[in-house]
Amino acid sequence: MDVLATILGGAVFLIALGAVASMAPPTRAWVRFVYGLTAGVCVVLLAGAGAALVAAEAPATLVLPIGLPWIGAHFRLDSLSALFLVVVDLGGAISGLYAIGYGVHESAPRRVLPFFPAFIAAMNLVVVADDAFAFLMSWEFMSITSWALVVSNPRDPGASKAGLLYIVMAGFGTLMLLLAFGLLAGADGGYAFDTIRASARPAWVGAAVLSLTLLGAGSKAGLFPLHVWLPLAHPAAPSHVSSLMSGVMTKVAIYGAIRILFDLAGGGIAWWWSVPVLVIGATTAVIGVLYALMQHDLKRLLAYHTVENIGIIFIGLGLALAFHANGLEAYAAVALTAALLHVFNHSLFKSLLFLGSGAILHASGARDIDRLGGLIHRMPVTAALFLVGSAAISALPPLNGFVSEWLTFQAVLVSPDLPQTLLKFLVPTIGAALALSAALAAACFVKAFGVTFLGRARTAEAAEARETDCFSLAAMGILAVLCLAIGVFPTVAVDGLAPVTRLMVAATLPAPGAGVAPLSLVPFSSAQSSYNGFIILAFLAISGSATAWFIHRFASRAARRGPAWDCGFPNASPASQYTAASFSQPIRRIFGTVVFRARETVDMPAPGETRAARIAVKMIDPAWAWMVAPVLGLIGATTDRINFLQFLTVRRYLSLVFAALVVLLVVVALWG
Amino acid sequence: MIVDLALQGLQMGLVLLVAPLLTGVTRKVKARLLRRRGASVLQPYRDLWRLMRKEALMAENASWLYRAAPYVVFSAVWVAAALVPTFATGLLFNWAADLLVIVALLGTARFALALAGMDVGTSFGGLGASREMMIASLAEPAMLMIVFTIALLAKTTQLTVIAGYLATEPVGLRASLGLVFVALVIVSLAENARIPVDNPATHLELTMVHEAMALEYSGRHLALIEMAAALKLVLYLSLFACLLAPFGIAAADSPLGDDALGLAAYLAKLLVGALLLAVGETSIAKMRVFRVAEFLGGALVLGLLATILLFVSRSM
Repeated sequence: MDVLATILGGAVFLIALGAVASMAPPTRAWVRFVYGLTAGVCVVLLAGAGAALVAAEAPATLVLPIGLPWIGAHFRLDSLSALFLVVVDLGGAISGLYAIGYGVHESAPRRVLPFFPAFIAAMNLVVVADDAFAFLMSWEFMSITSWALVVSNPRDPGASKAGLLYIVMAGFGTLMLLLAFGLLAGADGGYAFDTIRASARPAWVGAAVLSLTLLGAGSKAGLFPLHVWLPLAHPAAPSHVSSLMSGVMTKVAIYGAIRILFDLAGGGIAWWWSVPVLVIGATTAVIGVLYALMQHDLKRLLAYHTVENIGIIFIGLGLALAFHANGLEAYAAVALTAALLHVFNHSLFKSLLFLGSGAILHASGARDIDRLGGLIHRMPVTAALFLVGSAAISALPPLNGFVSEWLTFQAVLVSPDLPQTLLKFLVPTIGAALALSAALAAACFVKAFGVTFLGRARTAEAAEARETDCFSLAAMGILAVLCLAIGVFPTVAVDGLAPVTRLMVAATLPAPGAGVAPLSLVPFSSAQSSYNGFIILAFLAISGSATAWFIHRFASRAARRGPAWDCGFPNASPASQYTAASFSQPIRRIFGTVVFRARETVDMPAPGETRAARIAVKMIDPAWAWMVAPVLGLIGATTDRINFLQFLTVRRYLSLVFAALVVLLVVVALWG
Repeated sequence: MIVDLALQGLQMGLVLLVAPLLTGVTRKVKARLLRRRGASVLQPYRDLWRLMRKEALMAENASWLYRAAPYVVFSAVWVAAALVPTFATGLLFNWAADLLVIVALLGTARFALALAGMDVGTSFGGLGASREMMIASLAEPAMLMIVFTIALLAKTTQLTVIAGYLATEPVGLRASLGLVFVALVIVSLAENARIPVDNPATHLELTMVHEAMALEYSGRHLALIEMAAALKLVLYLSLFACLLAPFGIAAADSPLGDDALGLAAYLAKLLVGALLLAVGETSIAKMRVFRVAEFLGGALVLGLLATILLFVSRSM
């Protein structure tokens, strides 16, 4: 059966399902049925997309007589689309499965249920759209459905504020993309992607398209400083939707960037395109993780980590642009593979972590990790799965996050072969920033996991937490297994990406088997670098179990429980444990004083006074202080200034309309 | 194939056997420098065996993670140490991992130990974990710049190829290698919790980093963590030997006589390393925890400088 038709049919079915769901009363069984059916449809679409990715046939196209007259709506399925369809539908299926258990706890299911399938359908449509009109319509549909999900909790006052910021930023992003497509299409208005691909354009148009794409797709993906909406909007949605927004929707934005930069504007790539992409990517990665370290709200912390990982993906894309523009296609293939693999990996572990945060939220009612603690005893399975996700996002071997970051480093390490001096000096610095963000991510997840799951419960709710339901655990379990599988067998995943890199940069990684061992991941040649996750895991498992066997057999296996030692003065109060703020205090003092201008003020009572001492930390968010606040101020001042237009006479209104018409006609006359 | 496997097994056994001895030698030399007699160089073996035979005392609320972490820490460090070329290059499994993977494996061990430090919920455990991750967040980028400079020189990140290249090619005395050496010294001191970053002998509460994370451990679990620390020291000294003094190392597929020679050279290099470490540790004082940031920042800048110097010398 035609995969493209299946995808479109599935999307229509999901939208229809959403429409039906808005009418029926949300009984428990009905909610479960809708989520289950959504997951089922996603599995079908996933199978189709996966088959299309593996088969790597010539792109399939379809033109439907809807949309703009004489143009219609074009759809196309090539390897790049198939890859992102896999990401979208895998995320959708897992999120649906999780929601079978989790969604019934929703306070207002009718505000979530209709938009959930429609949101997944919209993301499917963006990825297969093949003309600017269909692309932008699907993109806007995706924005609006996700906005509806963000504001779905009527009792959360923060959600409506987050929703407002989100819809404004989404509108801004779409406007930027609209202008980008306008420039790409040129004055003749060839809006089908085939026409855009075929046409040549001057260098300044390329530069403008690059900036507009970074603004448009970047604001959706969460590039600094346009990320401001993301850590507010993603956590405000229900957790299974947060996992879709963070794990999948940001990837659709990456798809937009890759489609425009590598494919549509592909003929005009210049080497200096990579410079802004690399610099913005590295800044986003480091700042994102520093923001995350300062958080104690678990979902917001995860959202800031999405910002960080988007930065890492853009570093990979920037490297791919630099190599591609210089004709170093084998290197470009490695960098692009790294970026695409990180797209997939991030969708796995970020979904896993957001689903885990939902389980914690439901079990304890808290998102603030300083109100949790000791959950590993109450929720052992969730703890183990969350640990897998934490280790994966911290880029630790033998899990999947390490593989994609290792590949990115390999691409960084061959940058001396680039002819441009600027890039030669820039890329090592980017590499150091990448290493910094990876190390800080590990610190952040020691904090997140340690404060949430380890230690002693800080509140009665945390002490009474209950393990979550089996659907949720199954959804998280599948993701954890995939995280491990890709870490151990990276060549399988990299093989799956080969058709995409062949399509985009006309090169692939060396075929597996060419290396020393068949499962070795070899980016260039085995004399240069290789990684074999399977041998590493086997080594770890064998040495660990041999050690355990040796000690238990020949030494001692006796164990006794007693009170904690703590240098002889154990403090009974759980408040004496390290919290999120105390854990990140050293990092805040080193980096935060520069980036956030963090200032600590200690209010110490004089000797004899009985009041408590207080410590206050003040931080300035650079994105808010330098970008959002001035823009909001400007908008406020402008609207105040033109407010008088609201109180004119009919005669003046008519003359305004007439003047506008004249101006427009003059513009059209000059343009033609 | 059998010989290859045996050589790889030999290396795994070698690093394990030599690690307590190295710690013993370092302690002995430090004691002699302080005009103490010091314990026998074999004392670490006795300590480890005694710890392993004792029962493990655990806090009441210790979880499964607390019990599993020592095994994870130990096996990750052991595997990493077994992958660094010591007496011969081109061992069977050297191809499974390059220098970046070895650094990342140490990261896995650190992640597990930091979590274990937070498991019981004492303030010292959190303090150790927090400071350890802060130090790591500065040491890792510095280490990457070191890797970058070396990769630029040898065109590879495979340690076994790098060692072979540096041992055979006339690299000469390069300013970049000097800077890398200094940076690597700083990073190794931080990673191994040695003076001036941390003090392996202290149990003074507020100065501990590594010891604070392992504070609650006892018995066999503590033995594993101590053993992992000793192995990590061997790993970093092997790294110095492999990158900066690769003479005597046996080439891949060389006769077994070369391997024996390489073994002797390796042990001699370790001995020199232990002596230098002891002298260095005795002659400087530990620094405050927030001075460490500047110390490691220095390593990062040195690494960057080494890279840029290499570019400049290439283009001239």
